Amino acid sequence: MPPARWNWEYAWEITPALIEGMLRTILATLLGIVIALVLGLFFALGRRSERKLISYPVASFIEFVRSTPLLVQLFFLFYALPQVEFLPRSISTLSPLTTLVVGLGVHYACYCSEAYRAGINSVPKGQWEASTALNLKTTSKWRSVILPQAIPRSLPPLGNYFVAMFKDAPLGGAITYAGVLFIARALQSADFRTVEPFTIAGILFLMVSIPAAMAVRRLERRVAYESD
Amino acid sequence: MLEEFLLTPRQYSNLMSGTWVTIQVILGSFALGTVMSLIMGVARLSTRSWVRGTALVYIEFARGISAIILLFWMFFALPILFGVRSMPPMMAGILALGLNMGAYGSEIVRGAIQSVPKGQTEASIALNLTERQRLRHVVLPQAVPIILPPYGNLTIEVLKGTALVSLIALTDLTRVALVIRQNRVLSDDPVNVPFLWINVLIIYLILSQVIAQIFKVAERRSARKFGSA
Repeated sequence: MPPARWNWEYAWEITPALIEGMLRTILATLLGIVIALVLGLFFALGRRSERKLISYPVASFIEFVRSTPLLVQLFFLFYALPQVEFLPRSISTLSPLTTLVVGLGVHYACYCSEAYRAGINSVPKGQWEASTALNLKTTSKWRSVILPQAIPRSLPPLGNYFVAMFKDAPLGGAITYAGVLFIARALQSADFRTVEPFTIAGILFLMVSIPAAMAVRRLERRVAYESD
Repeated sequence: MLEEFLLTPRQYSNLMSGTWVTIQVILGSFALGTVMSLIMGVARLSTRSWVRGTALVYIEFARGISAIILLFWMFFALPILFGVRSMPPMMAGILALGLNMGAYGSEIVRGAIQSVPKGQTEASIALNLTERQRLRHVVLPQAVPIILPPYGNLTIEVLKGTALVSLIALTDLTRVALVIRQNRVLSDDPVNVPFLWINVLIIYLILSQVIAQIFKVAERRSARKFGSA
């Protein structure tokens, strides 16, 4: 008889460790979301800037980051940055968690900036003209008129990017961040079993990502309903 | 300064052979992904509920699980579940990325089919075309111009995803760079690690620009061929 392919006892034994890894993956995602939300808005505004000295570099940076793999960007942050001579160590040498959070945050900030941009462009022209007519300063125009209308419309695409970010978060394992995939690999090399760790990791993943995607879809319907 | 930025010819030739593996993975995943997109995109709109249900389960599963988890599961767990010794990493990579792409692609196909005016379907029924003829000669050709732009973006996403296969020991572009970095102490060719990674990033940038251009040409052609869009 061949050895059992699925061992329930072993599966139960390793589940707590995998859940713990999952929580670390979720933590990195949440921190990455904060960076992407803030930085993405700055990117969107920078790209709209009338000064070409600002808008060109921002636009090329966004294009570059969006065209290259996140994994390679993480390797760059993790392996290459510490070897750049003119940077102080405290900036260039990042812990695995910081590397992952910065990598996810900057990568998805470039996507989020597109979501913000679409939201800003959807604000009716009359609103801009009215702000000018009321003699509002640039800061108060953005803060009190444009962004409060643009951001709710950006929420559904932003939500989709956050779900995508969560799906990329296990990449942290490649730079030794002990997320769910890293734990599964560690179990694999410790116990020489692969079916249970990777299957449970996959199930845990679906248990988070499918409800998250459903929540985003509900948000989508709600925003569409309200703006009609 | 420029010489410092460039790598040695040997390193470049290694990176090129890695790039070739990356190209093979993207071609394979694109082929599988496109077949899945078309089948599942059409199946999602089927009149039979079990066909719709199957497509929905596939899409939710392949999208919800991340490409990297799917890849590891295919490479490490699937062969044991089926009692096979092992799966070639190239096959695991193409399967995982292709199935993942198919899930996203089928939503694009479904949306495009739904955006074809209803009168086209009604006219085909009036002309007594079979369901297959209607799809092949009337609905899908009109959906193509709508499919292409998001499909180009999706293909670039899959190109970025190919870097994942470096983690299952396939010597793609990313893997070659990791090996060059690891061997830098023992090797005769010294390497500046930041410049090594910048070179790799630029190669990926070139590949995605090529894909973007191919899709731009295809978009222009389909617009000319199928009119309106």
